[in-house]
Amino acid sequence: MELHINGKTYSVQSEGDTPLLWVIRDELGLTGTKYGCGIAQCGACSVLVDGEVMRSCVTPVEGVKGRNITTIEGVEEDPIGQRVVAAWVEHQVPQCGYCQSGQVMAATSLLKQTPQPSEAQIAASMTNLCRCGTYNAISAAVQDLAGGGPSAAAEKARMQAATAANGRGMRS
Amino acid sequence: MSQSTDINGHNETFPTDETPTNISRRRFLLASAGVAAGALVLGFGLPLDTARARGATAAAGSPPRVPAFLEIRPDGGIRLQSPFNEGGQGIFTAMAQIVGEELDADPTHFLVENAPPGKQYTVMSNGMRITGGSMSVRFGYTAMRRIGALARMMLLQAAAHQWGIAVGELTTEPGRVIHKASGKSLDYGQLAPHAMALAVPDADSVKLKDPGQFRWIGKPVKRVDVYDKSTGRVEYTIDTRVDGMLQAAVQHAPRLGMTVGRIRNEAQIKAMKGVHSVHILDGAVAVVAERWWNAKRAAETAQVDWQEPKPDPSARHMPTDFSTKSYREHLANASGDGETAESKGHVGDALKGAQTVVNATYSSQYVHHAQLEPPSALAHFHDDGTLEIWLPNQAPDMFLADIAKRAGVDADKIILHSPMLGGFFGRHFLYGPGNPYMQAVQLAKATGRPIKLIWSREEEFLRDPMRPMAVVKFRGGLDANGMPVALEAISATEGPTEGIANQRSKKKVDDSAVEGLTGKAYAIPNRRIAQLYVKTPAMLAYWRSVGHSMNDFLYETFLDELADKGGQDPFELRMKLLKGNQRLTHLLQAVAELAGGWKRGPFTAADGSRRARGVAMASPFGSQTAAIAEVSLENGQVRVHDIWQAVDPGSIVNPAIIDAQVAGATALGLSEVLLEEAVYENGQPRARNYDMYPILPPDRMPKVHARIVESGAKMGGIGEPPLPATPPAVANAVSHLTGQRIRSMPLSQYDFSA
Repeated sequence: MELHINGKTYSVQSEGDTPLLWVIRDELGLTGTKYGCGIAQCGACSVLVDGEVMRSCVTPVEGVKGRNITTIEGVEEDPIGQRVVAAWVEHQVPQCGYCQSGQVMAATSLLKQTPQPSEAQIAASMTNLCRCGTYNAISAAVQDLAGGGPSAAAEKARMQAATAANGRGMRS
Repeated sequence: MSQSTDINGHNETFPTDETPTNISRRRFLLASAGVAAGALVLGFGLPLDTARARGATAAAGSPPRVPAFLEIRPDGGIRLQSPFNEGGQGIFTAMAQIVGEELDADPTHFLVENAPPGKQYTVMSNGMRITGGSMSVRFGYTAMRRIGALARMMLLQAAAHQWGIAVGELTTEPGRVIHKASGKSLDYGQLAPHAMALAVPDADSVKLKDPGQFRWIGKPVKRVDVYDKSTGRVEYTIDTRVDGMLQAAVQHAPRLGMTVGRIRNEAQIKAMKGVHSVHILDGAVAVVAERWWNAKRAAETAQVDWQEPKPDPSARHMPTDFSTKSYREHLANASGDGETAESKGHVGDALKGAQTVVNATYSSQYVHHAQLEPPSALAHFHDDGTLEIWLPNQAPDMFLADIAKRAGVDADKIILHSPMLGGFFGRHFLYGPGNPYMQAVQLAKATGRPIKLIWSREEEFLRDPMRPMAVVKFRGGLDANGMPVALEAISATEGPTEGIANQRSKKKVDDSAVEGLTGKAYAIPNRRIAQLYVKTPAMLAYWRSVGHSMNDFLYETFLDELADKGGQDPFELRMKLLKGNQRLTHLLQAVAELAGGWKRGPFTAADGSRRARGVAMASPFGSQTAAIAEVSLENGQVRVHDIWQAVDPGSIVNPAIIDAQVAGATALGLSEVLLEEAVYENGQPRARNYDMYPILPPDRMPKVHARIVESGAKMGGIGEPPLPATPPAVANAVSHLTGQRIRSMPLSQYDFSA
C-alpha cells in the first residue's frame, strides 16, 4: 500500500485495518504524532488528510491511501502551519508538549478551512484535550492567527537566528 | 582519583570528590558522550568503582557516563545537565536562567538535558534529588547559581592569562569577557579551550550577584523547549527506539494481586499477525511483537484464567467486593479520635462552651493522574550484561536503585535515561506494580532483545495509583458573634506516603494525608487536626499538590459553612481570622483587588446569567495562595467563568512560567472539582479511558487571572501551589449560588437544575 505523507510516497506493509497512527509511528518512525487514548477522545494523534484534521488513532490506514497526509513533521512546509507554529512560540503555548502536535494540527486545519474563524468556530474546532491546562494560551494563539497573527516571516527569521546560535533549541 | 581505561589503552582519571571539577581534558570519555572538542566542562567526581566499571564496559559498546554538568563549547554553545526533569513545569528554562544569571550567558541559548543518575547531581539543599514537591527551584537555587558563578570565574581567569591582565580588571557581558580599559573582549567560546586546564576556584571565592543586578532572574525569559514542543521534535519515552527492538503490550489482571493461571487461547494469540512471543508476568500477560499495534491486539485478545492470590500482607490486593461507594461508607463509619497531627488550645472545652456547634462530614474522591503520555519503558541488555533503560521518572537515582535490586543487575551496570515527561502530576514516582519498567526488563531478559513496552490507556487506568480518598468529620464552635472559637477535623484515610510504602506511618500520622487541614493560618484559638488510619486496597499516589489537593477543599468549604452559620461574609471572616498576619491579609486583598473588589453575589451578569463568587486560601509547599471563583449554572451544571488567583512564593525566577503554572494548576483543580472521580465497582475501575473518566475539556476552561505577589519571604514552590485554593473557591461559590451545601467533589454528581 502506498501512502503520501508530507509530500513523500511511502510503501507500507501494515495490514489495512491498522490505525494510521501506528503506521506513522511504528512503521515509518514519525513519532511526532502521539498516542494518548486510542479512542478519538484526546486528539493527540491529530493529522491532516487532504487538509482536514483527523484523529489517526481510529483511522484505518487503508482508508487514506492515495490521499495527502500531513503530520506534525511536515507542518512547517505549509504556510499556514508555519504561521501556527510561530504563534505557538510567540504565545509560549506548550507546557509538557505531549498534546501540542495534535493541537497545532487542529489549528492548522481550522485556519485552512476558515482563515478568520470566530470565537465560536475556534471553540468548536479546538477540542483536543490538554492535561497541563494550556487551553487559554491555545485560544489566544488561534485568535491572534484569526486576526492576522504574528508575522510568520519575522518569527521564522527570529527562530532561525536563535537556532543558529544554539545548535538546536533543545534535546530531550 | 579513579581510573578508567578505554579500549585503546588510554588512561583517564576522574576525581572522586564532590566539589565541581574541571574535567575538560578527559577527552576520550567526553568525546564519546558527545562533548565538543575544546569545550570547558565542569563536572563532579565519579566513585572509583563506577569509573572502573565504565572503563571495562566501554569496550563492549555500551555508552559511557560522564559527570559533566556544564559545558561551554568553542562555538559558544552552552550545554547544561539539569538535575530536574522537564515535564511541562518549565524547569529546564528556570535552571538555564539561574545558571545563566551567574555565568552571564543568555539562558535562551542553552541546550538543557536531564542529567543522568549520580550523587553529583544531588544539588538540593535538603540532600534529595527528585522532581516533585515543587522543590526544584527553591532547593536547587543556590547550588545552581554557584556553578554558574564558578564557570564565569574560570573564563575570567582564562582571559586574564591570555591578556596578561589581572582578573580584577576584567568583567563580563553576556557571553564574553571584556577589558573595559583597552576595549578588548573574548567570547566564552574562544576562551573555553584556554580554561580547560584551570582548577575550579574554591566555591567560597566567588561572590553571587546582588539580586538588584539580576539580568534574567525575575524576568519572563522565553522557554528553551517551546519550538521543539510545537513541532513534535521532543522525544518522550514512548518515542524511543533502538536497533533490533521489539515492542510489547500487556493485559493486566482485572484486580491487583491476581496472578495468571492459564491463557486459554495461547495458541491462537501466538498465531496472530506479527506476534513474536507470549509471556506470563506477575499479574499480567504480555505479548511481544515487531509492532506495538499487533502486540496490543493480541494482548487484549488473550483469554486468561486469573487466580486469587495467596494471603500476603506485604502486597496490596484488590478484593472482588471493593467499591468506592462502600469504601466511602466504611471511612464514614470509622470511629475514634484518631492520632493528633496538630493541636492548639482545648477543642473539647471550647466546643462545650460554644454558642453554636456545627457538625458536618465532608469527603474527597479517588482521582487519576491522567497525564496524556501513557507510561512506557524501553529496556536493552547489552552483550556485556549492561542494562540500558529509558523510562519516565521523577527521581532517577531511586529508580536506578530499584531496578538494580529487583532485576538483580549491579547498579554500576545500569544506564538510566530520563526522557522528558508527557505530563507527570506525581505519576512517575516508584509505585511498584504501578510502573511498567520491570515488565520491560523481564521481557528483554526473556527474549534477548531490546523491548519497548507501552501500557495502553486502558491498562494505565487499571494500574494508575490514585490520589487518596478521605472522609473528614468536622466539628466547629461559634461564639455569640458568630466567630469560630473551635475547629476539629478528623480525617479517616490512608495517606499517600504510607500507602506507597504499604506500611502505616511510624509517626502514626502521615503528613501527606493531612497537609492542608494542618498548617492553616487562621487564628482559631482551639483546634485539633487528626488522622484516623483506615487502610485501602487501592494503590495510592502523589497527585499534584498531594494532600492539599483534597484537604484545602475540605477545610475551606467547611470554613464557609461556619461563616454562613455564624452570619458572616466568608471574605470578611477570613480577613478577621488573619488579623495581624500582614502577608496573608495583603494576599487576600490582592486577589480581591484583582477581581475588581470582593462581591459574593448572587448577581446578574451582563449576559443575564445569575452568578456568585467564592473565595478560598491555601498554604502549600512554602507558598501562599488565595483564589476567587465566579460561577453560574448552565443546564443544571456548573459553569466557571473566571478564576482570580494571587500567589505569593516569596521571590521568583520566571513570572511568565509562573503565569503558565497558575493556569495549569487551576485547570487541574477545576477538573478535579467539576468532573473527576475514579469509581470502583466489584474491585474494578468503571472507567478505563477518557470517555468514562472525563478531564477538563477546553470549553470548560474559564479565564484565569494571576497576580504574583513577591513578599520577600523564603522562596516557596510554584508547580503545585496554584491548585488547592481553586476547588474550594468554586465549591463555595456554588454553595452560595444554589443554597445547597457542597461537601464533596466532583460537582458533576449534583444536579442543580431543580
